[in-house]
Amino acid sequence: MEVIRKWIQTIMALLVNGSWSFPFTRTIYQGPLKVVCSPGLNCYSCPAATTYCPIGSLQQMMAGIRVALENGQNFFGLYVIGTMGILGGVFGRLICGWACPFGLIQELLHKIPSRKFNIPQKLNYIKYFFLIFFVILLPLTAVDAFGYGEPWYCKYFCPAGTLEAGLPMLLLQPELGRTIGPIFYNKLFILVGFIIWSILASRPFCRTACPLGAFYSLFKKLKLVKLRLVEENCTKCGECHSVCPMGVKFNESPENAECISCLKCMDKACRFDAITLEIAGLPIGSKSGPRIPVALK
Amino acid sequence: MARKKEEKTKNIRVAPFITILFFLVMGMIGIMNGEVGRVLAQAVQVCLSCIGIG
Repeated sequence: MEVIRKWIQTIMALLVNGSWSFPFTRTIYQGPLKVVCSPGLNCYSCPAATTYCPIGSLQQMMAGIRVALENGQNFFGLYVIGTMGILGGVFGRLICGWACPFGLIQELLHKIPSRKFNIPQKLNYIKYFFLIFFVILLPLTAVDAFGYGEPWYCKYFCPAGTLEAGLPMLLLQPELGRTIGPIFYNKLFILVGFIIWSILASRPFCRTACPLGAFYSLFKKLKLVKLRLVEENCTKCGECHSVCPMGVKFNESPENAECISCLKCMDKACRFDAITLEIAGLPIGSKSGPRIPVALK
Repeated sequence: MARKKEEKTKNIRVAPFITILFFLVMGMIGIMNGEVGRVLAQAVQVCLSCIGIG
């Protein structure tokens, strides 16, 4: 299952970054596919990006609401929020585990041999701060004289943007080097910090700083596809704790907001068939294969 | 057989479908307002200040 997941992660990363003409055009893809939402965090200023980043677009919509309304355009970001909500309602944070390019990068970095550390659970709440303030409130309220806000998260924090867009654009257009300043160096520092942290701990960005992960985690009870604990089969051995890349103790909190449904607990750890994958309440699979719902046995 | 079908129906969670429908309607309103064009216009431009350059 882990091999399949890695393949899907790779294919998804290539699909949302499928434009490889940038070495010749020296700029980003500008075709119509850019109206399609990238399920994971993937900067749309990445030269290879074929889709839009939901977090980047949401900030841009929030930042431009006042001006749009003044011009008689009712742009509230409903298309972006609607698309994100559909993805969240169907998959929730399964997207983080299966379709996010930045998640894949962190997983690969974590394979570098080193001493490994846990991440304190309290740090998980920081990502909600980023979602509320840096993605919604600050772009909406901190506006210039013309009524435009700024994409605060992209501009001042997002390490995915630095890695996927900032650095590649500097390589493609070296003349941009003259315009970089403290903001870029600060973002570079944040990126290096997360790269080192990813080697030492599992998925630190997803757990502490990703506003998209924070948004998807709001669907922990509502999502269509989710893992379920079959309590009558659970022996509370705790094996599922040791394999979870997000530090979730699945048998203690099966609806944990951090669960990215990577299926490691179901596939690698649980020997008692106590974890199943379900769609809308109907079990569709477990370690032992397709399942009959417990209620029907 | 009928009992099994009834049990199966009972197990189905409705909340995800309502959630998806809610956001689908929201997205449709956005499309009708012309937000798709706005998203495309933003996504095809390199926003240098957005990536910390400039």
